[in-house]
Parts: sequence; C-alpha cells; structure tokens
Amino acid sequence: MSEPLIFEKSAPGRRGANLPACDVPYQDPASLLGAENLRASLPLPEVSELDVVRHFTHLSHRNYSIDGGFYPLGSCTMKYNPKVNEKTAGLPGFASLHPLQPEETAQGALAVVYALKEILAQICGMKATTLQPAAGAHGELLAMMMIKAYHAQRGEAHRNVVVIPDSAHGTNPASAARCGFTVRSIPSNDKGCTDLSALAAALDGNTAALMLTNPNTVGLFESDIETICRMVHEAGGLVYCDGANMNAMLGITRPGDMGFDVMHYNLHKTFSTPHGGGGPGCGAVSVQANLEPFLPVPIVEKVGEGDAATYHLNYDRPHSVGRIHSFFGAFLIAVRAYTYIRSLGPEGLRKVGENAVLNANYIRARLAGFYEVAYGNQICMHEVVLSANRQKQQSGVRALDISKRLMDFGFHPPTNYFPLIVPEALMIEPTETESKETLDSFIEAMIRIAKEAEENPEVIHSAPHHTVVSRLNETAAVKNLDVRWEPLFEQK
Amino acid sequence: MTYISNTDAERKEMLAAIGVSSFSDLLAPIPENIRLRGDLNVPQALDEPGLVRHLQTLAARNLDMESHLSFLGAGIYDHFRPSVVSALVSRGEFATSYTPYQPELSQGMLQAMYEYQTMICALTGMDLSNASMYDGATGLAEAALMAIQIRERPEVVVSGAVHPHYRQVLATYLASTGHKLVETPYGDREALRRAASAQTACVIVQQPDFFGCLEDVGGMVEAAHRAGALAIIAVDPIALGLLKPPGELDVDIVVGEGQSLGNAPGYGGPLLGFFACKKNFARSFPGRIVGATTDIDGRRAYTMTLRTREQDIRREKATSNICTNEALLALAATVYLSEVGKEGLRQIADLCLQKAHYARQQLTQLPGVTARFAERPFFKEFVVRLPVAPEAVNRRLLQDRLIGGLPLGPYYSELRDSMLVCVTETKTKDDIDRFVTAFGRALQEGKE
Repeated sequence: MSEPLIFEKSAPGRRGANLPACDVPYQDPASLLGAENLRASLPLPEVSELDVVRHFTHLSHRNYSIDGGFYPLGSCTMKYNPKVNEKTAGLPGFASLHPLQPEETAQGALAVVYALKEILAQICGMKATTLQPAAGAHGELLAMMMIKAYHAQRGEAHRNVVVIPDSAHGTNPASAARCGFTVRSIPSNDKGCTDLSALAAALDGNTAALMLTNPNTVGLFESDIETICRMVHEAGGLVYCDGANMNAMLGITRPGDMGFDVMHYNLHKTFSTPHGGGGPGCGAVSVQANLEPFLPVPIVEKVGEGDAATYHLNYDRPHSVGRIHSFFGAFLIAVRAYTYIRSLGPEGLRKVGENAVLNANYIRARLAGFYEVAYGNQICMHEVVLSANRQKQQSGVRALDISKRLMDFGFHPPTNYFPLIVPEALMIEPTETESKETLDSFIEAMIRIAKEAEENPEVIHSAPHHTVVSRLNETAAVKNLDVRWEPLFEQK
Repeated sequence: MTYISNTDAERKEMLAAIGVSSFSDLLAPIPENIRLRGDLNVPQALDEPGLVRHLQTLAARNLDMESHLSFLGAGIYDHFRPSVVSALVSRGEFATSYTPYQPELSQGMLQAMYEYQTMICALTGMDLSNASMYDGATGLAEAALMAIQIRERPEVVVSGAVHPHYRQVLATYLASTGHKLVETPYGDREALRRAASAQTACVIVQQPDFFGCLEDVGGMVEAAHRAGALAIIAVDPIALGLLKPPGELDVDIVVGEGQSLGNAPGYGGPLLGFFACKKNFARSFPGRIVGATTDIDGRRAYTMTLRTREQDIRREKATSNICTNEALLALAATVYLSEVGKEGLRQIADLCLQKAHYARQQLTQLPGVTARFAERPFFKEFVVRLPVAPEAVNRRLLQDRLIGGLPLGPYYSELRDSMLVCVTETKTKDDIDRFVTAFGRALQEGKE
C-alpha cells in the first residue's frame, strides 16, 4: 500500500499550526513592500496537524534504520546512535543559542568546541583540529585548500598534482579536482594495498599530496604506511588521511604517528552521530603543526584552567584559508560526538576499535568458504570486502542481486560495487555495537543465499519480495525526469 | 560495556572461529612501533547520569533564546518551531537511517525528499531543487562554481550587501579554484550593474539583503543577462511567504538558508542549504536529487536519480564533491511547511513584517536613534544608528535578560555606530515594548 504525497491530502481551508494574531498596528504589506514585489499565490499544502503526523509517521514505517535493524555497510560505520546524545544536543542552552551572541554568553558552547577539538587531536595524534566542515567531503576539500596554501606560501605553487589510489572513495578525487588539482591515479598491488613502485613513479616535483584511506577501502591496514609517508615527504608533498575508517583504529594506533599531516573525521560514522537519512554530518579536520596556520577562522582559544577557564574566538589568523561554512559549523553534531566520547573514555574507545576489528574478522572467517574474499583471506580491520564474482560466473547472480535478496531476510545490504577495484564487491562493516546473534543471523542469511545462487538463482534475481516496493525502474527515473510534483504547479 | 554487547565468552568463541589464539594476533598487520602505548589521553568515562549532569552544567553557562528574548538575526533566526517538527524528525526510523541508496528500504525518506524538493520549487518558483546543501553559504559557493562551469568565464560579481560569511565562503572557494571575486559596495546598485561584463559568469545578490532591505532583483537579473551572465540570488525562505518568487523574475539559481524552516539555531549548526535552478541546468547542478518512477510491479516509487553527476560515479569529473548533505534538516523543513501550510507561511511572514516595522518605529522615537537605509522597504530586519556604542547597549540589555541586535562594526567599519535588529513572529507587542523601554534605558545610561 503506498502513501499518498502530502499534496494529495491537501484541502483548501485546512490549517495545521496554531499561530498568534497580529497584536501591533497593522499596515498593508503592499504599502510596506510594494505591491509589485508581492506574490500572487503560494502553492503549499493545506492539511491539519493530524494529517501531518499520520503522513510522516506512515513514511517512517517505510524506512529502514539502525534502530530497526542491522546495516553492514562498509565504510559507513553504522553503529548504534545513543539516545543520551539526543538529550544533550536538545538542551536549550545548546539548541537555542545564536552563534553571533557575545562570547561571554556562550562560554559553555565554546567549552564543548574546545574540549572536542583537543580530544580529536589526541585520538589521531595531531596538533590541532577544526570542527567547521559539515561532512567528510567538506573536510577533504578544506584539507586540499590548506595543502594548496601551504605550498604557495613556500613558493611551490607549481605543485598541482594529487596522487590518489584507484581504490579511493569518489569524494577524494572530486575534492582534489574542486580545488584545482590534477588527479593522478595509482593502482593497488595484488595484496590490495598501495603499490610502492607505482607510488614512486607517480611522485615528482609537482606532487602536492597523496590522499590515502587507512585502513584502506578493502579493509586492510596499509602496513607500509610509514614508508609511504616518508616517500611522499621526500618528494616534497604532504599526506592526507581519509579518516572514514577511523573506527578500526580507535585506541589502537594513530594517523599522526604514522606520518600523516592532516586527516578528516566523520563524526557521523566513528562518533555515533545519527546519519539522518543522508546528513547532517560533521567532517572535523585535524592537522599537524605545519598546517595549523591555515585552519579556517575563527579558532576557539582557552585562557586559564579549570573552573576559571574562559574561551575566546580568534579571528586574527593571517594565513587562514578563510571560511568554508557560515558561522562555526555543525555545533549540535559536535555536542553529540562529545557526549559519546565522554561516555566511553579511553578504555571505551579502545574497546570500540577492538570489537569492530573482531566482529569483521569473525564474519570474514565464517563466510570465506562461501564467497571470495578480496585479495585472499587476509586479516582485515573493521570491514571485509567479499566478491560475488564466483556467483556471477556460475549462475549470473551479482552483488546487486545478493543485496536485494538480503532484504528478504530483514537486513540492509552491505556496500555494493565499492571499491571499484573489486568486481561485484560487497563491503561488510558490522561495527562494534552489534551482538553475536545478529552477526550469526546475517552470516546464515549470506550462506543460504550462496546456496540459493547454486540451486535456485531465480529467487535471488526476483528479490526483494517483502519490501514495500520491488526493484525500481531507474532508467525511467532519468528518462522521464520527475523531481517535483507537477500537478501542484498546474494549479495556477 | 558501553554500547557493546560482546561478552568475554563470545569474544573467545569468535577468536576460535577466526582461528587465532588472542586478539592481538589480529593486529599483526599494524607495525609494532606505531601501536599506541597505553591509553589515549582523553577524559575518563562518565556514567549516564554523570554525563547528563556534565552537559547540563555546560549548557547552563550559556544565555539561550528560551530564557532571554532575542532580537539577533543576521542569517540565523529565532522563528517558531512547531512541536510536531521535532516529534516527527526525532523518530529513529528517520534519524538513524542511512542515505537512501537502497530505495526498496528507504521509500519513507525518499518520498519526504521528493516532497521537500516540490516545496522548495513552490516557494522559489524554480523548476528543480536538489535534496540539500550544507548551508546557504556553501550552496551559494557551489552555485557560483556551477555558473563558472556553464558560462566558462572567470569572474563572479557579488554585492557587498550579501551576508559577510557568505562572501567569505565564496572568497575561500574561488581562491582555491583561481577565479576572481568582484565585490561591489552595498549602497551602490549602479556599481553592481556596471560590474557585469563579458568576464562575468554570474551576478549575486541577497533578498532581503544583509541589512534587511529589499534588493532590486529585477535590475540585477537584467544586468546579468545583458552581460551573458547567470543571475543568482540568496533568499530568506520565510520572506517568500510574501515576496514574489525569484523564478518569476527569471533568476537562474536560487539558494538560501533553511534553518528558519523548523530547525534550531543550534549555535550555528547543523544548517540547511536549499538549492534550486532552471531545468535547463539539470545536468550541471550539484548534490543529490530524488525522482519519481515506478517499480517492476507498476507501483509509484522514489529513488535518487541523475546520479552520473555525482562523485561516486564521475569522481574528479563530478559536478560537486558533496556526498552527505542535510537530509534530516530537509525533512524538518518539509514537516514545518506541511504544518504551517500555505496560509501559515504567509501569516508568519506577515507577522515578521508587521512586528519589525512596529519595532523600528518605536526604536526611532528614542532620542538619538535613527534608521539607516530608511528609504528602502524592509522585511524582518533593519539597521538603527545609535548615539552610544551598540556593544555597550547590548551589555546593558543583557542585565534585563534581553539579547540585542548585531553590532555592525566588525563587518562594516563605517557602520560601527549601528546595529542590525531582527524581529520575528515570536515577539509579542509587549516583548517589543519591553525591549524598547530597556533600550532607551541602556542608551540613557550609556550617555552618562
């Protein structure tokens, strides 16, 4: 049963919100704004408040979520989103605060920003942090800007090439290109890691940076990371860490100690802030001392200690790249991440890393007999990449089909077709918050699907069978582009 | 253990299944010398009651707009947030869901985004809207980059009456791509029109402008198009409850900040950038978009579409690097616009208009207070010139539990005697009268 659009429930004269009457002397808007500046019609729906509640409640029932089920999505870190984070982010002292209020009236907020900045720098082993980027890709873009400014300041503006492995997330080359860099792609070796000779060949006097994900997008730790960083530094470039996979490293190892110069975090991955169906996020960026002068403004500084400490906004940063977001960035996301980190402490953070790695290897070990594990059955970190290549060759069952069939078992599928270097990729990241029962249940479903691929592939090809809609006609979506409800606009 | 269910017994079982004797065997690929020695140097864990108390203590050090009447605007607004918005948006089915890459499992969010896109088109009069950008400022920067891509010209012209943060973000983005930003003085519309040349990819104004005044959008569009440039506008969505939609004025790209549509000020974030444009730009615009189609059984269904513009497919050739956007805030905006509806949004805009005009009239009766830009129509914000430093007035107002407007000195030094005051529908006549009385007292004391 489908849910009509809110516009289809509209009836003239219906009202939702209960608004006050005008209590000041009334003046005709036409006289205040000019009649020629006023709109003639406003095609928004007219529904009652109960209509609104029922409509969006029904929509919520047509949506999978972490609260409802398992998301083994590689690279997304779909861990449990603690409810206490919602409570703290909802406190009026945070939620109803205006960013342009005088500093003296926002000391508690500035204290959270300062504390989180310092904690994030500690966790990754770097010097300073900014919370201004609104997403991982935004953090990548900022890092590219800072690297560009760094080289320009040293009289090396000719360094216009960024080296990126072919296994990288698409935002990496997109962010580099956005900043005017030329992207030089390097292949991975037959172990799924950075090919050192390909890297050596790609580095030269024009290298601005290498962008690397560690653990990489095949879920493997780049054991040669110190050598890699040294090679790039010797060529005069800087090394950027895409921190999407930070969950594997919490309390175990730190990008700053490996030689990275800058990294981004995804607070909405590693630090449990909810994904919200596609955002909001926060892509905090940490830097070593060499890039600190280029951080965006303003910087939050602390004067004094303990209860006497005060916090101040410093805009006097002559080498800053400027601003990449209005105001300070996603502050309420920072509150959630801070709350989460304070609930874990140093031991809790390490347990996250350990259990994330344990859970992923458990899935790997139990499924290795049924699916190809990309690059051989090596110890993985927090995620494992399987390939449905064998199934495709034997019976035409692809990663896409397996994904749809998993829905029939009540699971959201893993990440499909990423990284690009693994054919028919299924990237599985269980995270540390799932129970062994859930992992076993998922494993059993995957094993059953592997058997169905041999014995009854048709049930996989025709999946999903139990969702509110079946497979969609994506081609028609493009060909007959329909991105707004046209009848609303024909009513003029 | 916080948020982890594995027991020691289960960990043992799993290690056995993996075929290793201890967990540290799984760390073999990590060189010894880069393994962390000891614990991370971060604060010790707090239990839940202690955690809540800690955050409450920090929150209590802030003077928020629920305990203080605020007349501060400048891009973030204290508008009415109907209770249904947070009630519906905080549902775990929405808040803890992932990006809807698997449409069969995400029809709820996808349909909501289709409704959001439709409403943004309705408000702005444009042909298509994406499913959100990070905020109004980055949306504007992306619009400028899109214009540069389409027109293949190196310059962007922007009015100095556009929000300072938006101009700063534009400057930062354009510096990294090596394009030129031309800013024209805020009082001088002729200068803006003259600045549009054969080098110009786009001309940008804000409506209402940073000072709350109505901008001459038609004039800007005409000058931009005459020079072969795109016309881009950053608009206040609440103002669109009354004002003519930019689409009717032939604007090419409309962006803006959607925080006012049911979202909390949140000390500046997260925010919601809306982005809408003409349909002939359908292959060039940034961000996600949701389209309607059918499933194999003929049911109406929604899915992310026009994906070949995006980073996961086009990589360095994508129209933008954006991936995660502001979906949950776009959902909030959709709930808000459904709840207030056609009549409600018009009424809210009208209330802002009426109350701001009443407030300015009352304030300018105080000795020494005059209105700047007095000849221009304004919406919910206005600038007053004061005989006492605005910062001093605000300090005194705080003692009366009032948050005053924005002192303009840090942004426009020639306006350091002036304050940008905002009045939304949340202020009653009594609130405004109390503000004016306290303001008068603050001025009096400031002169002594």
